[in-house]
Amino acid sequence: MNLEVENLTVYYQTLKGKVRALENATFSIADGEIMGLAGESGCGKTTLGHSLIHLVPPMKHIHGKVTLDGKVLPIAQYEEMNPYRFDEISLIPQYAMNAMNPIRKIGQMTGELLRAKKHSYKNILPEFKRRLDLVQLSHEVLNMYPIELSGGMKQRMVMVLSTLLDPLLLIADEITSALDVASQKAVSEMLVEFRDKGFCKSAIVITHDISILYQIADTIMIMYAGQLAEKGPTESIIHDPLHPYTKLLISSLPKIGAKYTEKKLMGIPGKPPLLLNPPRGCRFRKRCPAAFEKCVEVPPFVEVEKDHYVACWKVMEDYDYTR
Amino acid sequence: MNDNIKTTKKEKNRNEFLYFAFRNRKLQIGLIIILFFLILAIFGPFMTDHKIYAYANPTGPTPPNSEYWFGTTFFGQDVFTQVVHGLRSTFVVGILGGGIGTLIGIIIGFTAGYTGGVLDEILNAFTNIVLVIPTLAVLLIIAAYLDVRSLFTESVFIGLTAWPWVARAVRSQTFSLRSREFVDLARLSAVKPIKIIFSEIAPNMMSYLVMSFILQFGGAILNAATLDFIGLGPTNAISLGMVMQYAVQWGALQFGMWWWFVPPGLAITAIVGALYSMNVGLDEVFNPKLRET
Amino acid sequence: MITLDNISKVYRVGTFGGKELHAVNQVSFNIKDGEVVSLIGESGSGKSTIGKMILKLIDITDGRIYFNDQDITPLKRNELKEYYRNVQGVFQDPFSSFNPIFKADRMFQIIHDEFYPHIDSKPWKEKVEHTLTSVGLNPEHILGKYPHQLSGGQLQRFLIARALLLDIRFLVADEIISMLDASTRIDVLNLLAELKLKGLSILFITHDLSLANYISEHAVILYRGSVVERGTTGKIFNNPLHPYTQMLVASVPRLDQKWDEIVSVESQSTPTGGINGCAYLDRCPYAHEKCETMPELIQVEPNHFVACWKFTD
Repeated sequence: MNLEVENLTVYYQTLKGKVRALENATFSIADGEIMGLAGESGCGKTTLGHSLIHLVPPMKHIHGKVTLDGKVLPIAQYEEMNPYRFDEISLIPQYAMNAMNPIRKIGQMTGELLRAKKHSYKNILPEFKRRLDLVQLSHEVLNMYPIELSGGMKQRMVMVLSTLLDPLLLIADEITSALDVASQKAVSEMLVEFRDKGFCKSAIVITHDISILYQIADTIMIMYAGQLAEKGPTESIIHDPLHPYTKLLISSLPKIGAKYTEKKLMGIPGKPPLLLNPPRGCRFRKRCPAAFEKCVEVPPFVEVEKDHYVACWKVMEDYDYTR
Repeated sequence: MNDNIKTTKKEKNRNEFLYFAFRNRKLQIGLIIILFFLILAIFGPFMTDHKIYAYANPTGPTPPNSEYWFGTTFFGQDVFTQVVHGLRSTFVVGILGGGIGTLIGIIIGFTAGYTGGVLDEILNAFTNIVLVIPTLAVLLIIAAYLDVRSLFTESVFIGLTAWPWVARAVRSQTFSLRSREFVDLARLSAVKPIKIIFSEIAPNMMSYLVMSFILQFGGAILNAATLDFIGLGPTNAISLGMVMQYAVQWGALQFGMWWWFVPPGLAITAIVGALYSMNVGLDEVFNPKLRET
Repeated sequence: MITLDNISKVYRVGTFGGKELHAVNQVSFNIKDGEVVSLIGESGSGKSTIGKMILKLIDITDGRIYFNDQDITPLKRNELKEYYRNVQGVFQDPFSSFNPIFKADRMFQIIHDEFYPHIDSKPWKEKVEHTLTSVGLNPEHILGKYPHQLSGGQLQRFLIARALLLDIRFLVADEIISMLDASTRIDVLNLLAELKLKGLSILFITHDLSLANYISEHAVILYRGSVVERGTTGKIFNNPLHPYTQMLVASVPRLDQKWDEIVSVESQSTPTGGINGCAYLDRCPYAHEKCETMPELIQVEPNHFVACWKFTD
């Protein structure tokens, strides 16, 4: 499986004008890769994740191409995406509680879901049960209503449902944010296990909690104000980041063991720009300690080291990068 | 010098509301319509020489012409006179009945919502009881005992039976606002509960409270029109609903005497519609987040 | 400065209030002058309830709270003004803490009218501007704005400024940075640390261990309303004794090491909050019959207390 995204640009149509939530995103995900998508609120990670599978108004596809395993995905056409949804590309939404119909038993709901996709519930049932065992959910849940399950159980249930048809790409949107620590660990590890067992080929994990990504992701992509900032292997991003924003972000995270009295952490002064009328060029320009004149042009997202992409003129300069 | 600074600040606050209020399209349109009818209600009766029930036109029902602006009824009465006098009653019932309903509802709603506990349970039970009283049946009984029904009685009665809706709405809004952290902060600032209700919670619900009054105003008018229409209206005044009652009773629909029932019906619709438009506009004025800036 | 003595909060739930929910169960700890104590727990642990009880926003069912040796438990509304001059709180959601239809600085006006009515406008304005600058805000950019025009970080600092205007001795900070972005969190946290150096005592309520470690000397670990472990932050994190704390420390995602193979048992049900026995009974890998009775907090080493039967022999 191979996901290639080329110049994907998605804006939100609002009464006040177009909010430029995602600007020219170009990246790819390899077979079996779990990519973490991180950034602060308003950076565009949810927009990116959702535009791949659920591009609905007020989101508007401006330009850009998404190719999954060689096939171009018709992301801008809601109806034409139907055969791909759930079969080849699937989404685990943020609040599992809202994702399940409260007045349907789990088993009933799954049956309806499968029938809508022209699959037989009976045929899939044995596999379904096997997967429930895998995530330590008893088969009893098929006869329960969502309200009878705890938060962690619901999240695992939604994970099993989303991967029931073995999609090529799984998009997990903030699946750990509302859970307690033990459930977070269980759910995150489960995602990796799903990938290892082939229930999904690759995954995009959207979160603002970078430490979870450190635990489970192969690569991490950092976004800022609708633009891609950096993408690279997890170890590089965490221990050797290149983009100024990534550097500041990583260093502002408290780690267990660090004390104020020993080493004071620094934040990033300023605020992210409003995306209704964003500044020209690199949107981190105003807060960047390394900004210089060239930054009024949008830096391209280029590979400066193996599998390590950065969008920053300064970094390109440091690497003597010539195209 | 200090007083000057204080007043300037207060003036600025008030001016800001007014500034936005007068710019708002929906508010403007609604206000204009209401004002038009209000002026008509106040000055209209002076514009006509006819008496309400006088059989002015010997030829009976006539469509609108230069002498009888809204035409005449089956009996030759001037519809225009009846309508402008009826407008007065409509406004009185709306303001009085709506006002009473809103006031009672607000007091009970705030108390129940803010205090909670046993008092809330009691008030709740009381509200529910009043809610299920069949108003029509009670009115019929009262009508049987009263010789004369005045506009005032009708308004009071409507107000006394319509407040539960306001109380419920205010109570639930107060409940949800009370648990917001800014109320906690007000408590931490040693602000007294009454002051919290009026300076923190009520302003947040301002558009809600005005909406309640507008609903009550419109509802009272519609309620009165219904009561009048079935003959339970005031015995010593005329109202728009009564005009419509007479119209339908005397065959205006069958005989095509549109000028008899269209003006009063249109007036009621326009007034209530204008009130709702004002309300939507007011919501934008009160809630800074909805403004265009 | 603040002492909690066997504090409990019991709610009546169920139809006709038949059942009881023990949100907080016999919690005791204290906070000294100029000290930051972290109250660590997950949702349902009762930490926010404790914060609100200290602030007298919720009634205390059982137990006593002392402020500088004064028993504040029975104080009612009118008597609390003096207390609020010394003790204030900042809460989790900055946007919910402001009345959205008024300008943000209106809350300074409230403080003025209630606590400093004798100060004239001009000296008051100077005091406000000075306090705003001391929390890292620029008065020119902040005054006269509505809450929705400011960012979460600015609003939280605003709220801290409000508390400082009263010259308080003690602040209850209830998850004040969990709703902020990563880059602003650290600024607000650093501000708290600076205030502590100037003598402010803080109860830092959080679910995040690394934040607690960054800023506090002492920590209290709360699980389902009971204190399971308490002591110096360093000792707790380097040597967690209670099975719950061990699970917590092992499950928290860290940036310097990967998760161990420890299997953590998730809670299967929502807390029922009974007071019989250890709260962690249904998830504890070391449980035995003795755990049916509530264990007491005992000292295992200096400044390190645990409530677990494993350590009583």
